[in-house]
Amino acid sequence: MSSSDVARQLGAHPLSLSGHVGFDSLPDQLVNKSTCQGFCFNILCIGETGIGKSTLMDTLFNTNFENCESSHFEPQVKLRAQTYDLQESNVKLRLTVVNTVGFGDQMNKQDSYQPVVDYIDRQYETYLQEELKIKRSLHNYHDSRLHACLYFISPSGHSLKSLDLLTMKKLDSKVNIIPVIAKADTISKSELHKFKLKIMSELVSNGVQIYQFPLDDETVAKVNTTMNGHLPFAVVGSTEEMMVGNKMVKARQYPWGVVQVENESHCDFVKLREMLICVNMEDLREQTHTRHYELYRRCKLEEIGFRDTDPESKPVSLQQTYEAKRTEFLGELQRREEEMRQLFVQRVKEKEAELKDAERGLQGRFEQLKRLHAEERGALEEKRRVLEEEQSSFSKRRAAAQLLQAQNLNANGKKDKDRKNSGFM
Amino acid sequence: RMHMTNYDNFLSLPLSLSRSLSLSLSRSLSLFLSLSQEKQYVGFATLPNQVHRKSVKKGFDFTLMVAGESGMGKSTLVNSLFLTDLYKDRKLLNAEERINQTVEIIKHTVDIEEKGVKLKLTIVDTPGFGDAVNNNECWKPITDYIDQQFEQYFRDESGLNRKNIQDNRVHCCLYFIPPFGHGLRPVDVEFMKALHEKVNVVPLIAKADCLTPNEIKKLKDRVREEIERFGIKVYQFPECDSDEDEEFKQLDKELKECCPLAVIGSNTVVEARGQRVRGRLYPWGIVEVENQSHCDFVKLRNMLIRSHMHDLKDVTCDVHYENYRAQCIQDMTSKLTQDNRMESPIPILPLSTPDVETDRLIKMKDEEVNCYVIMGNITYIG
Repeated sequence: MSSSDVARQLGAHPLSLSGHVGFDSLPDQLVNKSTCQGFCFNILCIGETGIGKSTLMDTLFNTNFENCESSHFEPQVKLRAQTYDLQESNVKLRLTVVNTVGFGDQMNKQDSYQPVVDYIDRQYETYLQEELKIKRSLHNYHDSRLHACLYFISPSGHSLKSLDLLTMKKLDSKVNIIPVIAKADTISKSELHKFKLKIMSELVSNGVQIYQFPLDDETVAKVNTTMNGHLPFAVVGSTEEMMVGNKMVKARQYPWGVVQVENESHCDFVKLREMLICVNMEDLREQTHTRHYELYRRCKLEEIGFRDTDPESKPVSLQQTYEAKRTEFLGELQRREEEMRQLFVQRVKEKEAELKDAERGLQGRFEQLKRLHAEERGALEEKRRVLEEEQSSFSKRRAAAQLLQAQNLNANGKKDKDRKNSGFM
Repeated sequence: RMHMTNYDNFLSLPLSLSRSLSLSLSRSLSLFLSLSQEKQYVGFATLPNQVHRKSVKKGFDFTLMVAGESGMGKSTLVNSLFLTDLYKDRKLLNAEERINQTVEIIKHTVDIEEKGVKLKLTIVDTPGFGDAVNNNECWKPITDYIDQQFEQYFRDESGLNRKNIQDNRVHCCLYFIPPFGHGLRPVDVEFMKALHEKVNVVPLIAKADCLTPNEIKKLKDRVREEIERFGIKVYQFPECDSDEDEEFKQLDKELKECCPLAVIGSNTVVEARGQRVRGRLYPWGIVEVENQSHCDFVKLRNMLIRSHMHDLKDVTCDVHYENYRAQCIQDMTSKLTQDNRMESPIPILPLSTPDVETDRLIKMKDEEVNCYVIMGNITYIG
C-alpha cells in the first residue's frame, strides 16, 4: 500500500469553518518575517559602453550609485559588481548591480558573451556548493544569483545587432532576460512601433526566450498582459531635474523640448519600474530559483553522473546513487591496483628472463674461453716438450762431441808421447 | 565680392573656381594699374566669367563615400543633403544574417541639375561595415575600392587617348561616429587610420538628437582630443585668404571650431513654427534639421556642397592621388631595376632610383679622383 493510496483513502476534502480561526494571518506572518530579514535582489546590466546602464540604474532606484565612466579600449569584456543596502519605508533591500565593462567595443566580439555566462554560472555554482554542504546555512546565505538581466539594445531603429542576438541566445536559458531600448529619445513614435515589432519578431524567429511577466495571478494578470505587449521597453534615463509646470521632474533638456523620464507618453520608464520593481520582483526571484537554477543544477549533477532513475527506470534516491557511485569508485580503485600489480609482476618476470639469458650467455663465453685457454696451454706444453727434447739431445751431442774431443786429445797426446818416446830411441 | 550663402547648393562650384582665379587676377591687375599712369582697358577681367561659362557647360562630378555602422542614419542624411531619395528599394538585413556579414560596396549615381549647373553625383555606400560579430579588417574592401579607383585613373591618365577620362576617385568620405558612447571606439580609430591617407575623411557625430547641447560639446571635445592622440589625419579646411571679407572668415572660424559636426537627418517634412520643414516629430518637440541651434546639418551642407566641394576634389587630386601615384611608380621602377626584361606598362620617366652597378662605378671613379687629388696635393706640396 503506497503513500498515495493512504492519502486518497483519507481524502483532502474542503471543510467549512464555523468561526474565525485566524490562520488568515499566515501571509502577514510571512511578510513580517521577510521584512525583518530583508530582501535581496541582483540585477545584471548588459550593454555597450556609454549606452546608459549606470544612468538607468540611478534613475530606477532614485539614487546615485557613483559609477565611473569606462573606456572604449578594454581588451576583453569584464563584469563589475557592486552591492548596496537600500531602504524604503521599513523594507530593506540588498541590491547588487552587475555591469558589463567593455561590452561591444572589441573588434572581434565572438567571445564577448563568455565572461557573462561564466559569471552567471559561478553564482549558481556557489549556491549549489552551499546546498550540497553537510553543515549548511541557506537562510543566512547571501544569494548572489542574478534575478534579472536588463539587455540594453542600441537605438538604431532598424533591428537587433548581430552581437545582441548571439548574446541573448546564450543567456536565455540561464537568466531572466528583459530587453530594453536604451536612449529612446532618439526614436520617433512611428519608428519606435516598427522597431519594437522588428525586435520581437527577430527574437521569436531565432528562438530566444525572454522573460514574460506572469499571468497566473489574477490580481496582476491584466496589467502584466498589457505590459507584455509593450516589450521591449523604450527607456530614457536621467538624474537631472527640471522644473516642468510646477513640479521638479527628472528630465533631459534639448533645444527643441524637454523629455520627461516619468511621462508615459515620452518613454516607457514608468512601465519598466512598475514591472521590474513594483509588481514582479518576487516572481523574478522565484523564476531564477525554480527554473534557471534548477536547470543548472540538473545539468551539473548529470555531468557528474547522478541520475534520478536507474537503467530499469526505477526511481533511485540520492543516497543510493551516492552509494553506487562510491562502490563504483572503490571498485575502480581496486581494479587499478590489481592492474598495476599484474603489470609489476610481469615486468619482474621479464627482467628475470633477461637476466637469465645474460647469465647463460656469459657462462657460454666463459666455457669457451676456458677451452681456448686449455688448448693454448696444451700447445705450449707441447712446445716445451719439444724444446726440452731438443735441449737434451743437444746436450747429449755436446757431451758426445766433448768426449770425442777429449779422446782425440788423449790419443794425440799418446801419439806424441809415443813419438817422443820413439824419437829418442 | 559674392557671398557664398546667397546661392543654393552646388551652383557655387563654378563660382568657387572662378573666385580663386578672380582674386589672384585682381591682385595682379591692381599692381599693373598702379604701375601704369593711365588706366587702359585690356579685357582679361572677364576671365572668371569665361571660366564660369565653360565649367557650367562641362558640368561637375563628385564622389561621396558614406561609412559607419548600420542604423547611424547615413542614408537619411544623404537624402537630406541632396533633397532626393536614393534608397527607395533598399533591403535591410536581419541581425542573424549580419553575424558573418562582409562589407559590400554599392554605388548610386545620379545626375542632378540646378539653375543650369549639372552635377554627376556618385554616392558610395558601404553596407555591412562594423555589423559582423568579428570586424577584424572590415575596412579592407573599402580601401581596396579606393585604390582601384586610383589605379583606374592612373591607367587612364597614362593612356594614349585621354579625351574622356572618367574620374571615379572618391573625393570625400563621411564617417559616422555613434553618439551613444563616450568617444571613439577601436573600430572607429582603425577605420579612420586605414583611410586617412587615401581619402578626405570627414568624421560626423550621427543621430545628434540624442545628445543635449552640453553632451554634444563634451563629445566633440573628446573626439577631437582622441583624433589628435591617435594621429588620425582628418580633412583640414584650408586657411582663409587674408583679404576675404569678415563674414566669410567668421563662418570659416565657426566651422573649424564645430568639428566634428553633429548631424541629424530626416526624410520627412513636418510643420514647425508655421513652416513646412524637414524634421523629426517627437512628443516633446520637433527637431528641425535645418535649424542651426538644433544641429550642424546646415554647416555640413554648406561645407560639403557650397564652399568646399572643389577643395575636397583638389586635395584628392593633389595630395591623395599624387601620393598613390608616386608610391605606385616607385614600386614599379624598383621592380624594373630588379628585372630588366619587364617593360613599363605605362609611359613614365624612370625615377633616379639608386642601382647597385651604377653605385659601384660611381664609387670607383670617386676613389680614382680622390687618388689623383691626393697625388696632386702631394706633388704640389712636394
